Amino acid sequence: MEIDELELRSLVPRALAVLVRRGADFATAEDAVQDALLRALHTWAGDPPRDPMAWLVTVAWRAFLDRTRSETARRIREQRVDAEPAPGATSSDDDTLQLYVLCAHPSLSAASAIALTLRAVGGLTTRQIAEAYLVPEATMAQRISRAKRTLAGERFERPGDLTTVMRVLYLVFNEGYSGDVDLAAEAIRLARQLAATTTDPEAEGLLALMLLHHARRASRTRADGSIVTLAEQDRERWDSTLAAEGIDILHRALARDRLGEYQAQAAIAALHVDAPTFAETDWVQIVEWYDELSAITDTPIVRLNRALAVGEADGAPAGLAALARVPAGTARRTAAAAHLHERNGELELAARLYVDAAREATNVPERTHQTRQAARVNQLLARRLDGAPG
Amino acid sequence: MAKYLLLKHYRGAPAAVNDVPMDRWTPDEVDAHIRYMGDFAARLEASGEFVDGQALAPTGMWVRSDGGGRPPVTDGPFAETKDLIAGWMIIDVDSEARAIELAGELSSAPGAGGAPIHEWLEVRPFLTEPPTMTD
Repeated sequence: MEIDELELRSLVPRALAVLVRRGADFATAEDAVQDALLRALHTWAGDPPRDPMAWLVTVAWRAFLDRTRSETARRIREQRVDAEPAPGATSSDDDTLQLYVLCAHPSLSAASAIALTLRAVGGLTTRQIAEAYLVPEATMAQRISRAKRTLAGERFERPGDLTTVMRVLYLVFNEGYSGDVDLAAEAIRLARQLAATTTDPEAEGLLALMLLHHARRASRTRADGSIVTLAEQDRERWDSTLAAEGIDILHRALARDRLGEYQAQAAIAALHVDAPTFAETDWVQIVEWYDELSAITDTPIVRLNRALAVGEADGAPAGLAALARVPAGTARRTAAAAHLHERNGELELAARLYVDAAREATNVPERTHQTRQAARVNQLLARRLDGAPG
Repeated sequence: MAKYLLLKHYRGAPAAVNDVPMDRWTPDEVDAHIRYMGDFAARLEASGEFVDGQALAPTGMWVRSDGGGRPPVTDGPFAETKDLIAGWMIIDVDSEARAIELAGELSSAPGAGGAPIHEWLEVRPFLTEPPTMTD
């Protein structure tokens, strides 16, 4: 029998909750569960236990006892070993939710919260997380230890705010993937679990948003990693099952009538997925959703994306007018300006702006894409000169 | 095995033979260049000689401590005349000759008109750990 790594990972937060409820401190319990996870990955391949949860809890508990050497720990050991609860002890959805909230605690930096969430809730190994974020394993291990030291003294049973939890999952999703872990898929798994443990419609909004973006993933890059714009994407390659699920979940969330930023973003993504072609996109409704989104969170990036939608709905001059209200220095503003000026027929200006956009790009595919756009517009200009009379 | 750093410059290297800015190439020539670079790295991974490759943004600044609890002093953006590194590849190879051979291949990536760029790359040996046996 093969072990299902996803199933094993789904046991990790539950095992951790059991240890914490038995009186183990969060930091040591989390290390102990990681020890047990690594052993499971090594030993289950040939011979998985009949009750994986009981195995994981037992091995993690022993690892916890091995790891604790202090007076307090001895006391816990004396009290607990005899009264060790039956293996297979379960943990509740509330425990999982509390773990999410703790790992995304506002006192942690985003990078620390991401690392801790992926390990304690996601059940990833330190090595997998390090590979995914392209840092040495020792660095990632330190980041996690420091995060846990920051959390020392925080109560596990603390009711919390899901805003930071959703922010962390959103950032994980956006990271894409490198190494052997698909972070987008992992973020979806965790968002699914989160949505199942809370009644906050924003958790469903976030899940819907991820599913709707994920449905388009295969069409967004070529084999060489280069970017395919929304207008050029092969819509046949969009995953209609994921899209339909995303739309269903979004409708459920919207029906609760507590709109939030993730639901609004998901609604925009749903309108894109619904359009049979780029030309048939309902840009007017997309602009309306951007207005809703601005009312919730008026950020430069929302204004920028709204300006691009206005450019499609009402023409390039209207888009450029909307872009004028986006502060200079906003990421991708120059790229948006290049696009809108090109659509407005100002090719020389567009070509110069595409070159600037390439210089400002923060990743290699984006830089290549903007350089290629500049090359394309310069080629149009050269042909125009060649073809000009006289 | 010895490690070498292959450095590519935005500015400061002697002029390439086929020296045309990339936005003046055709889109297909841009694609061909990107493909060549990707294939080159993949080939070095397959031969066990690839260590790392990174690209740098052309932006940045000078920074130095100003001492005594004061925040660091910054100076930027870079002057147009400054030598500016665009990125690097680190390779681990048997010999200097092999490092030079690979740098030559990288330098001949296709550019404008589909012709090789023949750009100048800087090849720098790493200083190594001292050997275990010295006599």
